[in-house]
Amino acid sequence: MTAVVTTGVPLLADAVDAQGVPVTRVDWRPPMPGTRDDLATVAADPLRADANRRAVEAVLGVTASLVDVAPASEVLGLEAGQFLHAGPPITWERASGPLRGGLMAAAAFEGLVDDPEDAPARFERGDFTLEPCHHHSAVGPMAGVVSPSMWMFVLEDRASGRRTFCSLNEGLGKVLRYGAYEPSVLTRLRWMRDVLGPLLRRAVAGTPEPVDVTGILTQMLQMGDEAHNRNRAGTLMLLRDLSPALVSCGADPADVAEVLRFVGGNDHFFLNLAMPACKLALDAARGIEGATMVVAMARNGTDFGIQVAGTGDEWFTGPAQVPEGLFLGDFGPDDANPDIGDSAITETAGIGGFAMATAPAIVRLVGGSVPDALAATRRMHEICLAENPRWSIPVLEFQGVPTGIDVTRVCRTGILPQINTGMAGKVAGTGQVGAGLVTPPAEVFPAALARLAELARSRGAVTDLR
Amino acid sequence: MTVLGAREHVELRSGAYADSVTLLDVSRRAQQLPGVAAAQVAMATPLNVEVLASMGFQVPVEATPNDMVLAVRLTDEGELAAVLDGIAGILAAAARRPEGGAAEVAPARTTASALRQAPDGVVLVSVPGEHAFVEAMDAVDAGRDVMVFSDNVTVAEEIALKRAAARTGSLMMGPDCGTAVVDGIGLGFANVVPPGPVGIVAASGTGTQQLLTLLDHAGVGVTAALGVGGRDLSAEVGGLSTRVALQRLDADPRVELVVLVSKPPAAEVADALRETAGGLRTPVQFALLGEPAAGASDLTTAVEAVLRALGREVPTWPVHGTARPASGGRWLRGLFAGGTLCDEAMLIARGVEPHAPIRSNIPFTPEEAIGPDLTAAAHTFVDFGDDALTVGRAHPMIDPTLRLEHLRRAATDPETAVLLLDVVLGHGADPDPAATLAPALAQVDRPVVVSLVGSAGDPQDLDRQRAALVEAGAEVHLSNAAATRRAIDLLGDTTEDVR
Repeated sequence: MTAVVTTGVPLLADAVDAQGVPVTRVDWRPPMPGTRDDLATVAADPLRADANRRAVEAVLGVTASLVDVAPASEVLGLEAGQFLHAGPPITWERASGPLRGGLMAAAAFEGLVDDPEDAPARFERGDFTLEPCHHHSAVGPMAGVVSPSMWMFVLEDRASGRRTFCSLNEGLGKVLRYGAYEPSVLTRLRWMRDVLGPLLRRAVAGTPEPVDVTGILTQMLQMGDEAHNRNRAGTLMLLRDLSPALVSCGADPADVAEVLRFVGGNDHFFLNLAMPACKLALDAARGIEGATMVVAMARNGTDFGIQVAGTGDEWFTGPAQVPEGLFLGDFGPDDANPDIGDSAITETAGIGGFAMATAPAIVRLVGGSVPDALAATRRMHEICLAENPRWSIPVLEFQGVPTGIDVTRVCRTGILPQINTGMAGKVAGTGQVGAGLVTPPAEVFPAALARLAELARSRGAVTDLR
Repeated sequence: MTVLGAREHVELRSGAYADSVTLLDVSRRAQQLPGVAAAQVAMATPLNVEVLASMGFQVPVEATPNDMVLAVRLTDEGELAAVLDGIAGILAAAARRPEGGAAEVAPARTTASALRQAPDGVVLVSVPGEHAFVEAMDAVDAGRDVMVFSDNVTVAEEIALKRAAARTGSLMMGPDCGTAVVDGIGLGFANVVPPGPVGIVAASGTGTQQLLTLLDHAGVGVTAALGVGGRDLSAEVGGLSTRVALQRLDADPRVELVVLVSKPPAAEVADALRETAGGLRTPVQFALLGEPAAGASDLTTAVEAVLRALGREVPTWPVHGTARPASGGRWLRGLFAGGTLCDEAMLIARGVEPHAPIRSNIPFTPEEAIGPDLTAAAHTFVDFGDDALTVGRAHPMIDPTLRLEHLRRAATDPETAVLLLDVVLGHGADPDPAATLAPALAQVDRPVVVSLVGSAGDPQDLDRQRAALVEAGAEVHLSNAAATRRAIDLLGDTTEDVR
């Protein structure tokens, strides 16, 4: 028997129900204020449906392989005094504590200053340049600071040859990406530069089949990782894949042991592979005219920005929000910096907070219960264009993760993307203070929608509807 | 921070384990226990040991990441035993499953989302008109048939939807489509009728309902009634949906005859559709109001023609009760819930009394427009279902308030000679319209004629509704055309001067 989907007055749904016909009722509510006209214009754009279909296909068609580990100077062409950071573009003047702390650590690490405390004056003077990671096919967690001597994972989509990059994960606590710059931070960065990076490069080179990062993501989602705040299974699978070549690469066994201990002891090590894998997939949808899919969500600790497939490289930004969650030790909400990091690229690709249902071990971050986690993932399907058949969630009957955030559906439902995140201390040098949940500032979506509508009108694709 | 040893307690629990997120939550709760100045429960990982040290706790050196550390600092009033009991309780609670079991699945928030869950079927959109376009486009994008019940959708939006539907193979029924029967399901306001040989394409909701109920009375069923929206046959829209609907019904082997019913169409659109119809295998009968040349001057004669074409007997259309005798006044007051029924009544009145003045909120000519008070020194025909009267208010077939108010005014107007009303039954309509209308009519001393558009199977119980209206003094017809003619006849008793 034919079913009926009803959107609107309950009475008409009841009338269908009374005929013994199955009814699916939409819980319709008015869209975000001020978006009605732009929603209609974008809905009327004849390019939209096909553009979104192509965008989804492009994203789902990417497979990320780990093909190299190399210094940023080599693969990104960064030179002394050039720094990348997380999120949309920002100046030193507007940078938050943790981003400043990360930049200070990086300036000292590069030998541009003797003491990190000397760096602010140099940044203020404009001696150094700041650019978003995203503008260099890269992503960085938290502060996301990349300097020329830092080593980067190099991921490649074998079909297209496109590449993305991400720094190596330092672990938790007092680390550069959380804005810490004390001596232990710099010591660790030097070891990563001198030992970890070079050994990983040899291990990657010596591994016969490049590590299939997308494939590990598939598996880890079935092992309780959501690949943003939990990367335990993924990290161990990376070790499994790289260990034979690492052990036999001829390096000093003490160094090999230290690398194994470091990676194995850092549950978040795989995050820095999950992130560029997500970027590699999403970048495939960039520049598709008429597509309303979000291709990046990123924060610099001050601004939250999104980029959309159909609006080129334009950032739509609003104030970054302070996450809600749980705090380490004596830290509390007043110690937390607003949201920071490129790691929301995982949610943009459908994992992290979007795959909360698969990570019951960390559900207390979403407010306490497994049913909440299932509801969170289901809610994200409401704002997404598709499901990812490769990345499925066992407890949801192997439903694919919600994929392709649709600007129009966010504006229509008012449902904001849910992001799992770490929290940095707002004072430079503090480090991590907690972990929790955050959403983008709502206004970035109507702003992106307005631009999509403007582009549709300027193409002459849509005439006045009202 | 100098604290007496006795006020501080650090304990290692080997073999105890909970994940870090759970323990952060446990620590947060422990810190809120009475008597606690600071508390931390954590696995003794290097990071956590560092955090504990920063809080001033000394963690035993033998601690490994597989040990749970429980560290508390008491306030001056704190009792260690009570605090440890409290923490034990928090740890036990954290290990328990929360109540509630599986989460209830929240309903879809957009039409697109619901369509992913319901892989086939038709879509019915009835959100406020300004938002209907986007929801309907979801259905069109998915290649589904969609009925847009909402009114206040612009012509430009309608055209955009119908053009998109042509690309995806959807049938776009509406906007302002009140009635459809699809695969035996009544959508919107639809009368309960058995399946049968007739297929209806209708640019008119209540027109369709009149057809359905007259055919039902004659014992003839309907395969499908596809609404296309009242403007589909206008010059702007150009019959985009009508053409698709005709082709759909032509392809259905159950359909022996198609009826196309519309309010007065644009001439060039009517011509083009006649050409389309001529190319179909199934005969198409045109019931275009205001085009008597088409062979059907009103809906009832259209049904009679259908019955004859099918070789069926044309019954006598039922009439129950007798209107009160005329008692003064000059004008006919037509108060309608159905737009097409209102149009039909106006056309008949104009045909019978070509020189009598007519005013309406849905006039055929601008000179016949009525003011906002909906009254005039003329025969008045008010469509309470018109867009302008349903902004922020339910359709009169659901909410009778506005029409009842106006009925009271018209009934006490000395100029009112005869009252003509429609009552439309079926799925979606007021479950008991006579309950509010009959008491109001019982107060009226003028003649009242009602066209009661209902089928024997309708949920409101046609017989009971009719009996209540007759009891209140109304003369009840099934045919709106017959009711209108009767109302005009009743005028003749008092308005010699007009005639």
